[in-house]
Amino acid sequence: MSNILIQFCYLLAAVLFILGLRGLTSAKTAARGNALAALGMLVAVVAVLLDQDVVDFPTVLAGIALGSALGAVLALRIQMTAMPQMVAVLNGLGGAASALVASTEIVNAVAGTGPVPEGVVPLAVALSVLVGSLTLTGSLVAFAKLQELVGGAAVVYPLQRTTNALMGAAAIAVSVLFIANPLDPALLLGLVALALLLGVLLVIPIGGADMPVVISLLNSYSGIAACATGFVLDNSALVISGALVGASGLILTKIMCDAMNRSLVNVLFGGFGAKPSAGGTEVGVETRTAIGYTPEDAAMIFSNARSVIIVPGYGMAVAQAQHVVREFSEVLREKGIRVQFAIHPVAGRMPGHMNVLLAEANVPYEELVEMDDINPQFVETDVALVIGANDVVNPAAREDTASPIYGMPILDVDRSQHVFVLKRSMNPGFAGIQNELFFNDNTMMIFGDAKATVLKLVEAVRSY
Amino acid sequence: MLEVPAVAALTILILAFFVGFEVISKVPPLLHTPLMSGSNAISGITIVGAILAAGTHDGDLSKVLGFIAIVFATVNVVGGFLVTNRMLAMFQKRKPDDS
Repeated sequence: MSNILIQFCYLLAAVLFILGLRGLTSAKTAARGNALAALGMLVAVVAVLLDQDVVDFPTVLAGIALGSALGAVLALRIQMTAMPQMVAVLNGLGGAASALVASTEIVNAVAGTGPVPEGVVPLAVALSVLVGSLTLTGSLVAFAKLQELVGGAAVVYPLQRTTNALMGAAAIAVSVLFIANPLDPALLLGLVALALLLGVLLVIPIGGADMPVVISLLNSYSGIAACATGFVLDNSALVISGALVGASGLILTKIMCDAMNRSLVNVLFGGFGAKPSAGGTEVGVETRTAIGYTPEDAAMIFSNARSVIIVPGYGMAVAQAQHVVREFSEVLREKGIRVQFAIHPVAGRMPGHMNVLLAEANVPYEELVEMDDINPQFVETDVALVIGANDVVNPAAREDTASPIYGMPILDVDRSQHVFVLKRSMNPGFAGIQNELFFNDNTMMIFGDAKATVLKLVEAVRSY
Repeated sequence: MLEVPAVAALTILILAFFVGFEVISKVPPLLHTPLMSGSNAISGITIVGAILAAGTHDGDLSKVLGFIAIVFATVNVVGGFLVTNRMLAMFQKRKPDDS
């Protein structure tokens, strides 16, 4: 196929990607959008296979077959609760692939089988290798934390910021040297090593509840790496697609930061959640006791309610409780009670985590209400049921100017008539901040595993 | 050090970024997870570069690197689109008012 035709195919692919993303703006058109984007990818791959420079089909097809098999098994086997891990792995692989492709440009030039990099190419290679490698190890650390292979808490140590700043400066210095001497393999290897290390160092100080920001940011990085590789290869398909993904990740990052009322710099370098912050209510000096109630106590109040709002959090995901929660919502509805779900933007470990889990459990998406729309409704709601959420319902964020989470937008569950909080224990949330909600007069705690408790609630309300 | 092709690519980059910003700003929070996995699959476009790297030259280091890149990028593409499709299928099966 002629070069110009191939270029047209890349353009077609880019158009299909944009149309595909546009499809994602509504639940009704989303599946079609995804199919369009996949079609775009197929067009791009077929086009490059028809490029006359591509001669070694066995290698290429073997790689595609192996990757497709692995990808398909991953995608079809993964549990919905493990979706954040899945996205982390995919981000990492995408970044690594871009860095590898950019590196081959240098490998070929050194071996004399490719053109000597000139113009913008060395800079683009450096950027792709730096961002791509960093995305790989950063994503692997995020994966390990999400999968609980390592502790989810922030890892902090003395002089951490100084160390990171020095490592970052070293990476930039080596990049500059590399750009000046792009044919020195040692510099390329040094850059790879530094970037891999930097990826680990940048993600270990970030606590579990800040994962939505990290995942979004790594998503953006995988796009930026693809984009830089596009400059290396002078390939518009990579440049356009990389820019789209980069933009998408940045938008999500911003939304997540806004939902926590924190700046990106604060999330990345704040070491939040490693220790109780000064100010606010210190943990360990708590003298009040929150009273535990039983599901049977709750059944009476639920049965007499007219409206219930369910607030899911990461605890629901951990307990795999989404199916029994849906069952409970149906039991309530059979009794003529109005049920809605309130979704906080940073509930869970990635953007939209709760929506996916509840959709998996067959909760119609019309019942999932965003924070700004549901907040005015709590005042006239009889019961709010908080399942494994903590900081996103802490009234201190609204009232206590000394609290570390002051200013973070929260779900106003405390304004409803009664609040039930399902929680494993009185351990404070990730931020190490006590939750005033638990001691309110209208709050009743039910301790235990979320799934077991909701099951008991189902039975108790059904037989009430 | 900038030459005409690089400026052209930069032009494309910036315009694409604006398009991406406009389109993606309209994606509702409901669909943020599918947006991530779907856009992730799109970043697997680097597979095009990987195929060029692995398929062009014979028997050198770049072929090995290219092969690994193809595998990674294909996992990204196939895994990303499939898992997104799986999620979106769940969002679609809205039940009639029987629940």
